[in-house]
Amino acid sequence: MSDEQNHNVSRRQFLTYTLTGVGGFMAAGIILPMARFAIDPVLQAETEGDMKAVTDVSELTENPQRFDFSYEQVDAWVTSEVTETAFIYRSGEEIVALSNTCTHLGCKVSWGSSSDHPNQFYCPCHGGRYEKDGTNIEGTPPTEPLHRYVVEVREGTVYVGKAEPQV
Amino acid sequence: MLQRVYDWVDERLDITPMWRDIADHEVPEHVNPAHHFSAFVYCFGGLTFFITVIQILSGMFLTMYYVPDIVNAHESVKYLQGDVAFGTIVRGMHHWGASLVIVMIFLHTLRVFFTGAYKKPRELNWVVGVLIFFVMLGLGFTGYLLPWDMKAYFATVVGLQIAESVPLVGTLTKTLLAGDPEIIGAQTLTRFFAIHVFFLPGALLGLLAAHFIMIRKQGISGPL
Repeated sequence: MSDEQNHNVSRRQFLTYTLTGVGGFMAAGIILPMARFAIDPVLQAETEGDMKAVTDVSELTENPQRFDFSYEQVDAWVTSEVTETAFIYRSGEEIVALSNTCTHLGCKVSWGSSSDHPNQFYCPCHGGRYEKDGTNIEGTPPTEPLHRYVVEVREGTVYVGKAEPQV
Repeated sequence: MLQRVYDWVDERLDITPMWRDIADHEVPEHVNPAHHFSAFVYCFGGLTFFITVIQILSGMFLTMYYVPDIVNAHESVKYLQGDVAFGTIVRGMHHWGASLVIVMIFLHTLRVFFTGAYKKPRELNWVVGVLIFFVMLGLGFTGYLLPWDMKAYFATVVGLQIAESVPLVGTLTKTLLAGDPEIIGAQTLTRFFAIHVFFLPGALLGLLAAHFIMIRKQGISGPL
């Protein structure tokens, strides 16, 4: 190595720099397209949860009712139809749509299916229960409320988006 | 910084002699294009290896999206080429590199032949080189089927008919390659995929290692 005081670039250093530079440039030219190719899923613009039509507003009551709705899911080159279920009810002016997936271990809950607790959501797997607004009941397995769908009403039709955690 | 990391490792593992052994060796004047430009013919072996490295890398990345299955193969290739960023480029690298590697290996063979570099004591390295050439052809043949389009399918139909035309063991060879005596389909595609990404590259790496160890041991052949 050249000594610290000498700022002249030696022939050896010049070659080292230029060859490393050119080599690095070539390596980058090879690696970068592949790296970008590989991380493509991370950089895909998130499909801003399309709203899916579920039912007419007139169908809704003060009691949660079960609604199934299907939509097309595009997974790279595979397009398939996916069905989801929501429990939807009116709460004054507001429309509440809750996911039917138990927050304990992912079984499916339903409204009032336990005769002991007619006004709660009940999960048959481990007896998890939730209030009408989705709040999990202390002392049952679930640790958080049922997820709640983003709801939108357009021209008398109820649309839901993604189910999001309430806490 | 880099120097200090290197020194830290070197102090503990004494790696300098190791990489000296691999990288630090004399390049004789007659193979150095800086002395005689015509010596560029000695670059074809290295270029073959360089493209092989690109093939291995681009191939690894392509398998992130490719599916070796008759239902999904073509769709997945279409997706990775059309919808994934730089898909055209990565697939293009693998596609064009496949042809280029054959060109380079052929030019390398010509150079070795016409400089007489295959003569004693380097006969074994010639043999290994020819085996590498066959492995490359095998990689080309098996890789050609993978996009599972019309060209891929019918090229393989023809290729397997050639294999079948071999006396005595022809039918056997064809069944072994295609996975079925009659059908060129589901089993053929998975087989070709396995051969293309596991068996032949494995063989190739072993042969390349032997090729390089021999040339380091024996040195580059003398001038004409």
